[in-house]
Amino acid sequence: MNHSLYRRRRAINVLSVVLSGAAMAIGLTGLLWILWTLFYNGLSALDIAFFTHSTPAPGTEGGGMANAIVGSLMMVGVATLVSTPIGILAGVYLAEFGKTSKFAAATRFVVDVMLSAPSIVIGLFVYAIAVATLKHFSGWAGSLALALIAIPVVVRTTENMLSLVPGSLREAAFALGAPRWKVSMAVTLRAVRGGVVTGVLLAIARMIGETAPLLLTALNNQFFSLNMSQPMANLPVVIYNFAMSPYENWQQLAWGGASLIALIVLAINITARVAFRDRIRA
Amino acid sequence: MMIDTLTAAPSAALAPGASAPVASAPAGSASAPAAGLDDAVIRVRNLDFYYGKFQGLRKVNLDIARRKVTAFIGPSGCGKSTLLRTLNRMFDLYPGQRAEGEILFNGRNILDKSQDVNLLRAKVGMVFQKPTPFPMSIHENIAFGVRLYERLSAADMNDRVEWALRKAALWEEVKDKLQQSGLSLSGGQQQRLCIARMVAVKPDVLLLDEPTSALDPISTAKVEELVNELKVDYSIAIVTHNMQQAARISDYTAYMYIGELVEFGETSRLFIKPTKKATEDYITGRFG
Repeated sequence: MNHSLYRRRRAINVLSVVLSGAAMAIGLTGLLWILWTLFYNGLSALDIAFFTHSTPAPGTEGGGMANAIVGSLMMVGVATLVSTPIGILAGVYLAEFGKTSKFAAATRFVVDVMLSAPSIVIGLFVYAIAVATLKHFSGWAGSLALALIAIPVVVRTTENMLSLVPGSLREAAFALGAPRWKVSMAVTLRAVRGGVVTGVLLAIARMIGETAPLLLTALNNQFFSLNMSQPMANLPVVIYNFAMSPYENWQQLAWGGASLIALIVLAINITARVAFRDRIRA
Repeated sequence: MMIDTLTAAPSAALAPGASAPVASAPAGSASAPAAGLDDAVIRVRNLDFYYGKFQGLRKVNLDIARRKVTAFIGPSGCGKSTLLRTLNRMFDLYPGQRAEGEILFNGRNILDKSQDVNLLRAKVGMVFQKPTPFPMSIHENIAFGVRLYERLSAADMNDRVEWALRKAALWEEVKDKLQQSGLSLSGGQQQRLCIARMVAVKPDVLLLDEPTSALDPISTAKVEELVNELKVDYSIAIVTHNMQQAARISDYTAYMYIGELVEFGETSRLFIKPTKKATEDYITGRFG
């Protein structure tokens, strides 16, 4: 046995363990620091009033985020309802029907571009087609912008999940005389339902924190409103406005809002992980 | 009941007096159309198969006897699975694969463009090497295929599910857990579930593509026993790597080598007195 070679290999091993450990520690420190700052400043703001009162007028005491929470939930909800079926069906098309066609390749490329498109560009686009033309900001426009952000996420995860389904499962369904749409919808899509749900959840997590598109579409609303044809309050924009304000209670609410979003995203990610665990049932 | 054109009366046997079922090609050259079996459910005539430019089958002539078991044997890559997958046009799923020649199923050429492949596959069922239960309950696994071509009441469907599971010798093991996922069964049970699923749609022909190669010996024995029982009602073609299995369960055996059918005949004769040297070398283990 060559001892110097062996010692050298051990030394390199120790060095790489130390270096990768240090890299992980640096990354994790940043993350924990953010979370700690957020929760240290924000959790105390999450009282009953935070969830029941609307955003306060300048110079008034107290107030809450009820209008922004409801606004965010409504816009994200509508965007989810719109983007889920479109995203899933498009993903099924790409994975099961159009596999090698030129049209599918083009669609795949556009989806990739959309995935990495800066969200402010999407906000500007919706501003141009749905705000500038109607001459007012609205919740619908906000939902549209969020849906455009969510669709590519759902398309991509659905396609990726379906491509993991073994060909033998597909063949087995075809061998019973099932037509292609039936094979896709009843067998393969069903085999990866956990993974598809994960994709939808990740899209929701992405939407809930998007600020730029809403700034240009839903804007904000100081009052509680369920009317999606009007400007609508939402968490990210309220956080943005309040954090930069001179009022102490506004800043507190912004911290609280930021913590709430972080908690929601955390919860969604944990749920997605659980759903993902059995993504392939075949 | 469902598919008139496919359940039509069998075509007349090809040549009278062709009772000796020896259909084979002299190795290396195209054979003349073979003298067929008297009662064949499928007659393959001059079948060429291509994977893109590569030719996977050359001028294959073969009959699948009605209500008998026909085994395809041969070394890996000889084309036995390819041949099986032409019989239900499974290759249609893959662009670039194509078959030329004739495959007469009850007298009708299924390679014809007008053939509805879904109807064909409902009549010519297939079970694969690895068990492929669908991600749904045991009951739904079987009902899925039936629902494609028949409308049954819930009670009738339950009867059909039980009937199919009994056919596949699985009923006793799963009758109390029909609502459980098909994936919860053992490998051997999953494979019998796949057989039940195929039988439930009431096909004429069963194609088995190495159905026991992923199973343990006990499960294998169960599936072989099953094949023996199923041939009372169905015509069966089975691809196997296992020559003992072919000898045990088949009535006819086809030995293939590099895309050609080398020898075809009654299993009892082919294994004892093969007419071709190549067949003898293979079945005696000197080659392959």
